[in-house]
Parts: sequence; structure tokens; C-alpha cells
Amino acid sequence: MSNSIRHLLAVVSVVGMSLAAACGGGGSEQGEQDGEQAAATDGPVTITIAENAVRGGKNDYTAQWLIDYAIPTFTEQMAADGRDVTVKLVESGIDDEDYKSRLALDLSAGEGADVIGFDGFWLSEFVTAGYLKPLTEVVGPVIDDWEGWEQIPEAVAGSLVVDDQRYGIPVGTDGRVLFFRKDVFADAGLPEDWQPTSWDEIIEAARTIKEADPDVTPLQINAGTSMGEATTLQGFVPILLGTGAELYDQAWLGDTPQMLEAVGFFQTIYDEGLADPQLQLRADGRDRSFQDFSTGRIAILIESDYLWRSVINPGEGLFPIENRDEVVGFTKIPAREPGAGIRGQDFVSASGGTARVLNPNTDYPQEAWEFLSFLGSEEALTEFVQGEPRITAREDVNASEAVASDPILSFIAEEVLPITWYRPGFEEYPQVSEALQRMVENVVAGRSDVPTAAAEYEATISGIVGAENVIQE
Amino acid sequence: MSAGAGPKAPQTPAGGGAGGGAGAAPASQDASDDAPAAAAGGQETAGAVVLGRGGASAFVAPALGLVGVFLIFPALWTLYLGLTNARLTGLAAAEPQFVGLSNFVRALTDPLFRNSLKVTAIFVVGSAVVGQTGLGFLLAWSLRGWRGPVRSAIEVLVILAWIIPGSVVAFLWIALLDGRSGTLNTLIPGDGGIEWLLRYPMASIIVFNTWRGAAFSMLLFGAALASLPPSHLETARLAGASAWQQLRDVILPSIRGHILTALLLISLWTFNLFTPYLLTRGGPNFQTEVLPIYIYRVAISSGQLGYGAAISAIMLAINLVVALVYLNVLKDKT
Repeated sequence: MSNSIRHLLAVVSVVGMSLAAACGGGGSEQGEQDGEQAAATDGPVTITIAENAVRGGKNDYTAQWLIDYAIPTFTEQMAADGRDVTVKLVESGIDDEDYKSRLALDLSAGEGADVIGFDGFWLSEFVTAGYLKPLTEVVGPVIDDWEGWEQIPEAVAGSLVVDDQRYGIPVGTDGRVLFFRKDVFADAGLPEDWQPTSWDEIIEAARTIKEADPDVTPLQINAGTSMGEATTLQGFVPILLGTGAELYDQAWLGDTPQMLEAVGFFQTIYDEGLADPQLQLRADGRDRSFQDFSTGRIAILIESDYLWRSVINPGEGLFPIENRDEVVGFTKIPAREPGAGIRGQDFVSASGGTARVLNPNTDYPQEAWEFLSFLGSEEALTEFVQGEPRITAREDVNASEAVASDPILSFIAEEVLPITWYRPGFEEYPQVSEALQRMVENVVAGRSDVPTAAAEYEATISGIVGAENVIQE
Repeated sequence: MSAGAGPKAPQTPAGGGAGGGAGAAPASQDASDDAPAAAAGGQETAGAVVLGRGGASAFVAPALGLVGVFLIFPALWTLYLGLTNARLTGLAAAEPQFVGLSNFVRALTDPLFRNSLKVTAIFVVGSAVVGQTGLGFLLAWSLRGWRGPVRSAIEVLVILAWIIPGSVVAFLWIALLDGRSGTLNTLIPGDGGIEWLLRYPMASIIVFNTWRGAAFSMLLFGAALASLPPSHLETARLAGASAWQQLRDVILPSIRGHILTALLLISLWTFNLFTPYLLTRGGPNFQTEVLPIYIYRVAISSGQLGYGAAISAIMLAINLVVALVYLNVLKDKT
């Protein structure tokens, strides 16, 4: 019991402290760093790196790679220069939203790891809060000399730029596709080279599967607040894009016919029992859906290539599928009907980007930058994709054998990235995203009908971004 | 408290603590020097005579300092924060604006806040007043005549539920209540497969918290019952009182103070309890979103620090009112 009181106090005092730091701190520290150019430090130096990765858990491979390869290699390179640098990994294996809150609290209190694993779409709100500073300010103009910038396409590097200032190094990007279990499809008499071209064809396939085996949940399209950002990016957005509308186009999309159409799709599949509403409400719903897919209890789900390389990977995955390459298929997400998607597309997708940033409070900006740029070097990323191929920010690494020969990555690079949609990097985005998750959850859980939920959504986001920035119909 | 202070604790608190300690040391030195004289002078006025106003203040100062630093300052800070639009990230994190009472107005009109108040009330009445106090008394009452290993075994089990860390206990309960392979569903014949935490979320956390916290009131009531003079019960029995009449007319009036103390402490603890989050995260559909979870969600997860602080201030006020009511009743009736 006292435990819980302590927990509450922790929350309250952390809130208090973070504000104290946000309001009062900052000033003097900034002054110290302005004049001086960061220089390599003599004597032993210890820097830390935070990632939402933990050995034996979430993003296991990233944690292993850092511990087994990146940190020792970097330390040896430093030692060869006669410098004594120790690097420590701060592991986390938690929901991305919780990880973000942790980072915000750390940074606001002037604490946190020196190098931080980051999601590109958080950048804007962290920068306006003053939690992150441009690399040239933290380290110095030397960062512009890094060889890697030439290898990173402008569009990708732009995800880590605010007001022409670089804040970090992009690591990789991804794309959303439909994954499906070929074995379940075969049992239901469906083709193993499935490529639906409309929502109706997805629903048809789901009905066929349901009929063949009532124990299988045919579809998993994320739909609740407990799934967090996954509900937005691999749930609602790919469906909305299939109606021809975007979440943001000069202004935020409100209660429009396309919005109703997209929410209506969720109502159809959840009301008919083609997808499982209970799973969306569970605190551990997302992991549970991965587990169900790995055992064949879920037949079709929308995910990014993350599922393929990190979740069901036979070697390192959280829920490995030993014969993954034989039983799991992937295909592009169709628009409502051919040509109905954004930009008149037949198929749609959504993408995000991972990155690493520097903590402006670091005591060793020079060493932290050297480690950050080493992690983004061709040498390090090439080593990374050997074990777990993924699309990196660097073109030279993407051209390497490991990435180019991987079936799903070449598929995403060639077929999906050209038609994809990137999240708007606005400060308000995360709040809008949360409102959106609530709207979908309300419909899926049967709490409100589609028009009511959409009207509520419009009212909520009008309060966040201002009614003048909402597209109303 | 230590967990609450967190990693930043060493700065101000350590300074304050060290200063207070240094200040207190000479005072206690004086006191012990003078103690024999006081003893010789006369027992009844010892403290007042020896310490004097200055000595007493020196004794109290460190405590008051700690209360000020850890209790009054954060409370005032929370109040101030509640008057701003501060956020965890974004522009409102760098430059919070003063927004007057609008956070409080918003709270009163927010259906989720009212929902949370209702949920908290049900949770406190169900698991603290009826559950923990009731079960604790029942256990103490049933065990009062027992001696030996059986009694010890039951007491140890009940106390274990109380002292195991919350996160461990939450894990055990999730395993117990899981819909697919949970222990409870396995014990129930048939292929139930009930998702207890989704289907009966409020009942689940009430039973959970009752199980978890009954030990405290069991111990308190056990001690209270043991202190009852056996002659009172003996007299009642000789006068022909039934067990129920003994309970109502002899026992309950005698331990009224204990009951009120237990109720005060347990309902305040439960009111501030965050542990249901570990089982349900406040869901599904906010059905178990008690106030601490609501505050956590708006302040940390959604990053609305100002609004979260306003709700915290309201919660603080409710705590004070509840405590005052109990203390008044306690003063009147004992």
C-alpha cells in the first residue's frame, strides 16, 4: 500500500521538478555552452546511450548489437587514439508513449542519456519545449563535416531538421503492408499469393476465413487507445488514406465524408466479428495480437516491416515463427477501390522514421557526437543490417547485399516507399493522434455510432489546434 | 518518500536535512545535560521547564523544515502549476502561460473527471471501507479465540499479501485473471475463457485491493480485541447476550476509536492508490480510472502538466476534507 502512495508522490514530485527545471533551469547551462567549442576531454570519459530496446525483450537485436558490436568497436577505436571512453547502454522495453514521456521528463530535468534513440515525429514538440538543441550548438560546426550527410537523402535527413538546423542522425525508415498467414489462407481455400485491390476484397477474404475456422480471428487492424500510436499509423491512417483523404492537408481533417467512411470500415469489420474488439481494449493488446499472429490465431494484420524483422523473426523475434518465410505473406494495402486512395493511388502506406539525437545536457558533447556519428556510419549500419536487415537512412548501406537481397525490404523500398505517406511533424500531432485513437475505440467498443464519434473527434481536435485549422464539411 | 524525491533528491533536501541536523545537535546536547537536574527538580514539569521556548523550537525546527520542503512547498507549487497551461513538451513546456482558474473549470465540466470521481468513490467504499476494514475485522474476530500454528499460518498468509511489492502482486493477479490461460478460468469447470479484467474490471480491482490490504486492519483489530477486558464479555454472556448482541453492544462501542482510525488510514491510502493501473491501466473505457490514474494519464501520458496539477490540487483538498471529517468524529466519540 505504501508502495502506491510512493508511486503517486513520485508522479507528483517528478511533475513538479520537471517544471522547475523547465522554468528556472536552462539559462545558466546554455551560457556555459555557447562560447566554448566542445573539445575532446582528457582522462576517462563515460557516456550513456538510451534506447527503447532490451536484451531478451523489445528490440532485442538492437540491444544485442549495441552491446556486442557497436559499443566495444567504438571503445576500441577510441583506445587506439589513446582515449579512455566507456559507453553504457540504458535499456528500456516499454510502450513507445511511455518511453517518450520518460525522455521528456529526463530532458526537462536536465538529465538523461547522452545519446538518445528517438522517433522522428517527436522532434518538433521536443525542440519547441527547449529540450533539444541544434547539433552545431551542442557540439560545434564540426558536425557539418560528417561524411554521412551525403549518403542520407534530403527527404530523410529533413525529418531531423527544424529551421534549417540538424538535431540528430536519422537511422531508418519503414513502410506499412498487409501481412497474412499463408497456411491459414490455404486452409480456407484462399490463394497464397493474395493481393486484394479493394476493402471489399479484404472483407470477403476475412469472411471466408471466419467460415472455414471460427476460432481464427481473420483481421487485426489496431483500433484502441491502449495500442497508442500503432492505432494511428498502422490502423486508422492506412484506411483513411484509402479514401483519398489525409490527416493533415493545409489543415486537420475533421468530420468529413471520408472520415466517416474510414471509421465506418472499422465498424463493419468489428461489428461482424471479423476482428476482435476485446483485444483492442486490453492493456497488452498489441503484444497479444503479435502472439496470436505468430500462432495463426490471427490471419491478417497491418504492420510495418518491424513485424517481419523484429517480432516474428525466427532468430531474434519476440514471437518467432520458425518457418516465417514459408507461412507469412505480405502485400500492399489497397485503397477503398482502385484509384480511390490519396493522389489517386490504388494502394497506400504510411511511414515513420527512427533516429538518434544528442542530449544538450551532455558533459561530453565531443565524445557523444563521435559515438552518435559512429552509430550512423556505413561500417556500423552495414554490420547492423547483417543480422537484421532493415531500410536505413543511408543509401550506401541500402545498396548493400544484406538489404537489397531481403525480400520484404526490397519490396518496401521499391513498391511501398514511392506511394507512402509521412506523419506531419507538428507539435499538435501526438494530441490529434490520441483523439483519433479514442474515436476509433469508441466505435469498435460499441460505445458510440460513427457520426457521433466523428463529431466528438472534430470537437476535440478543434480544442487542440483551433477550429480555424480544422477542415469541416 | 525516498522514491518520490527521485534522482534529484540530493540537492535541496540534503542541504536542508544537513542544516537541520546540525542545528538540532547542540539542542539535544543541552537537553541531555540538563536532564538529571530536571529529574531531581520534579517529574511533572520536566519538559517545559528544561527546554523552554527556544529549546522546544530547536527540537521542532528540523521536522518543520522537512514538512515545509517536502509537503507545503510541493502543495503550493501544485496549486501554482494548476493555474498555468504548462505541458510536458512543446511551447507550453518552455513558456507556460497563466490561465487563471480555467483548468479547474475544465475539470468540473470534464465527463471523464466526473467519471473518475465516481469510480474512485466506488473503489474506496468497496475495497477500503467494506472490503479491507470488513474483511480485516472478520479475520480478527474469527481468529480471536484461536491459538497455535493454524492461526499463525493464516496470519502469515494475510500479511504476505500485504508486504509483497505491488508490481509483483499485480503480475500474479494478471496471471490469475487472464482470459485465456488464467488460473481462475482453469479452476472453473467448462470452457469459460472469461476475460475478468475486461468483463468485471471494477469488481476485479476491488477484490484485488481487499485481498491485498486486509492485513493492516486485521492486525489493528486483533490488537484492539485482545485489549478488551474479558470480564466485560463474561458479564454480557452471563446476562444472556447472544454473540451478535455482544458484538453490537460490547465490542463495537469499545473499539470504536480503532475502527475510525482504521477507516481513516485505509480510505486515504485507497483514495491515493495507483496500483489498479498495473492491472487495468484504468480501462477498459475508463471503468477503473481512479483519480491517481486519471492524473497520471492527463499529466504524464498526455503531457498536460497544468491540468494534471489542477486535478492534483482538487484531490489534495478532498484528502484534507476526508481526514478532517474522520478526525472530528474521532474526537467526539472517544
